[in-house]
Amino acid sequence: MKRLAPYLLILPGGLWLAIFLVVPMVFMASVSTQEGDVVNGFVQTFNFSMYGDALVQYQTQFLRSAGYGLVATIISVALAYPMAYWIAFKGGDRKSTYLLLVLLPFFVSFVLRTVSWKFLLADNGMLLAPLKSAGLLPEDFHVLQTTVAVIGGLVYNYLPFMILPIYVALERVDPRVIEAAQDLYASRREAFTKVVLPLSLPGVFAGVLMTFVPMTADYVNAGILGGPENTMIGNIIQTEYLVNNDYPTAAALSFTLMAAMLIGIFAYAKALGTENVLEAAAR
Amino acid sequence: MHYRTNPAFLRGMTQSRSVTRRDALRLAGLSAAGLALSACGVQGQKAEAPKKDAVAEYWASKKKNGTLRFANWPLYIDKDGKKYPSLEMFTADTGIQVTYQEAIQDNGSFFGKVQPLLAANNDIGYDLMVMTNGLHLGKAIALGYLVPLDHSKLPNFAANAAPKVKNPTWDPNNTYTLPWTVGLTGIAYNPKYVDEVKSIQDLWNPKYKGKVGMMADAQEIANFGMFSLGIDPDKSTEADWKKAGAKLQEQRDAGLVRKYYENDYVDALARGDVWITMAWSGDIFQQVAEGKDLKFVVPEEGGTIWTDNMCIPKTAQNPVDALTLMDYVYQPKIATMLVEYINYITPVPATKDLVLADAAKASGDDKAALEQIANSPMIYPSESDMAKLRSYKALTPAEEKVFEDIFQPITQG
Repeated sequence: MKRLAPYLLILPGGLWLAIFLVVPMVFMASVSTQEGDVVNGFVQTFNFSMYGDALVQYQTQFLRSAGYGLVATIISVALAYPMAYWIAFKGGDRKSTYLLLVLLPFFVSFVLRTVSWKFLLADNGMLLAPLKSAGLLPEDFHVLQTTVAVIGGLVYNYLPFMILPIYVALERVDPRVIEAAQDLYASRREAFTKVVLPLSLPGVFAGVLMTFVPMTADYVNAGILGGPENTMIGNIIQTEYLVNNDYPTAAALSFTLMAAMLIGIFAYAKALGTENVLEAAAR
Repeated sequence: MHYRTNPAFLRGMTQSRSVTRRDALRLAGLSAAGLALSACGVQGQKAEAPKKDAVAEYWASKKKNGTLRFANWPLYIDKDGKKYPSLEMFTADTGIQVTYQEAIQDNGSFFGKVQPLLAANNDIGYDLMVMTNGLHLGKAIALGYLVPLDHSKLPNFAANAAPKVKNPTWDPNNTYTLPWTVGLTGIAYNPKYVDEVKSIQDLWNPKYKGKVGMMADAQEIANFGMFSLGIDPDKSTEADWKKAGAKLQEQRDAGLVRKYYENDYVDALARGDVWITMAWSGDIFQQVAEGKDLKFVVPEEGGTIWTDNMCIPKTAQNPVDALTLMDYVYQPKIATMLVEYINYITPVPATKDLVLADAAKASGDDKAALEQIANSPMIYPSESDMAKLRSYKALTPAEEKVFEDIFQPITQG
C-alpha cells in the first residue's frame, strides 16, 4: 500500500489530463490530416500538406500574433515588475490587500472587461471626446480598431498573470541577502542587479510563460478592439472551425501554433540559461 | 394591447452579455465538434434526395405529445416580463406546453454545437429551431438533418404567408422550412455626418474614410460587392465573385473600412465610431424607435433579403407539436403579436391592418409606436424596395470553399 501511495496521488490528475487533454489532442492530430468537408464527410488521408498550405496562407496572421504577443509581454514585464517589487518589499502589512486589488479585475468576466474598453475608448466616448473638443487631438483620431487598442487590451487582461509569479519570486528574496550585499560594498543598484534580479528571474520566466502563450493565441481582444488589419491567428482558427466547418485546417493551424510556441519557449529558456524549463516555472 | 415597450432597450442591455454567451457557445461547440468528428473518423454522410413518400413515411407514426422544446434567438418573440403571451395562447389553444429557450446566438456556433449530435442521431434537446438561410442551413438540409414538413398540416401557412416568402430558392416548396421572420441588409447612416444615401457607392466614398462599417459575414459582403458591380448574386459565377472581391479589397486598401463587424455594428453606429454601415433592418428600426437619428436605405443597386426559418431537427422528440406551432404562428392574430414585438418583417402581410387596428385602440406612446411599425418601410417594405432585393447565393460545398477563399481574406486579413 505504501508503495502504491504516490501512484494513487497522481491518479485523479493523471486521468483528468489523459481524458481531457491527451485524448482530444490525439483526435485533433488525426483531424488535421483528414481531407473533405462536412457535407461529404472527412476521410483520413494522412495528408500533411494542410500544414504547409495553412502556414503559407496565414503567415501574416501568425507573424502578427507573435509580434503582438511579444510586445504585450514586454510591456507587461515593464509594468508588472515595479509593481510586484513595490508590493513585495514596501507592501508591509497590506500586502494581501494589494494582491487582492491586482486580482480584482478577474472577478469580472473577461469579455465584459474588454467590451467596457469599447465604451471607454469610443471615438466620441468619455476619454476622447473631451480631448478632441479641447483641440488636443484631431477630429478623426481614434484608438479602437488600432494595433494600440489590441495590444493594450492584451496587456490589461493578462497583467495579473505577470504580477503574481514575479511577486512570489521577489517575496522569497530574504532581505538579509540584500543587507549582506550592501555590507560587502555593493551599491543599492548593484545589490538589485546582482542579487535581487537574478533571484527573481524564475518568476519573470513563469510570468512570461503564463502571459505570452495565451496572449498570442487570444482572439477576443482582436475581435472586439481590433480592425481589419489586426486579425490574429486565433480569429482565423475560430472562423475556420465555426464558420467554415473546415476542421482539418483549424486543427492544423492549432498544432502549428502550439509547435511554434513550444519552440519559442524552449529557445527563450535556453537563452535565459535556465537548465530545466518546467522546474524554473514551478519554482 | 400587445405592445410591450422597448425591446430595443432590452437588446441594448443584453448586448454585452450576449457576446459572452456567444463566445462560451463557440468554445463549447469547438470541443464538442472536434471530439465527435474524430470519434467517427469518417462522417458527414450526404443525404439522399428525399423520397417521394418520405413525408408520409416520417409522419405516419408520429403523435402529439403535448410538449415542445423551442430554440430561438434572443429577443425574438413577444415577451411580457417573464411570460411569452403568444406561446401562452398556443398552450391554451392546443394543450401543448412549450419550453422556450434563447439558445441561438449565431448560426455557425449553433450548428457547430448540434451537428455532431445530429450526425450521431442523438437528440439535440430541441424539437424546433430557427436558422437563417445561408451556408449552415444549406448544410443542414444537404446532410438530411431536417424533417420534411407535412404541408397538409399547415393550412394557415398556405392561406396567410406572403407569396414572396413561399417556395424560396434555398428550400424549394418549403420542403423543410417555414419563415419565422424576414430581414433586409441595407445601408444605415447617421444623417449628422453623412449626406443622403441612395447608392451603394457611398460605402466607397472617400469622404467617409475610416468611418465605414462592413459586415464580417462572407455572404453579406459578397452580396454588397456584387451589387456595387451590378451583378445578381443568384446568377453569379466564380469570375463575378473575384471581381466583387477585388472591389471590396480596394475599399479596404483605401482605408475606408473601420472594421468588419458582427452584430456589434449597431453599437459602433450609435456611438459614432462609424457613420455609414451595412445594417440589418430590424436593428435600425429599433434604434430609431428608441429616438436615435439614423436612416436605413435599400441602395438602388440592390440589397439582401434573408429569412430566419423554423425547422425541425431529424432527432426531434415532439415533431407533431413542432409542426403545430409552425402553423399556429401563421394566424394573422398571432403573427401580429410577434411583429409588434420583434420589429422585423413578418411573413404574414395581413398583420399590417391588424397592427393599425391595435394602434387605433391604443393611445399615447403605444399608439405612436404601433403606427410607426405599420408604416415603416423596414417592416413593411415598399414594392420598389422589394424589387431590388436579392438572396444569398446558394453554394455547393465545393463552391463554398472557393467563395470563402475569395471573401474571408478580405474580412480577416
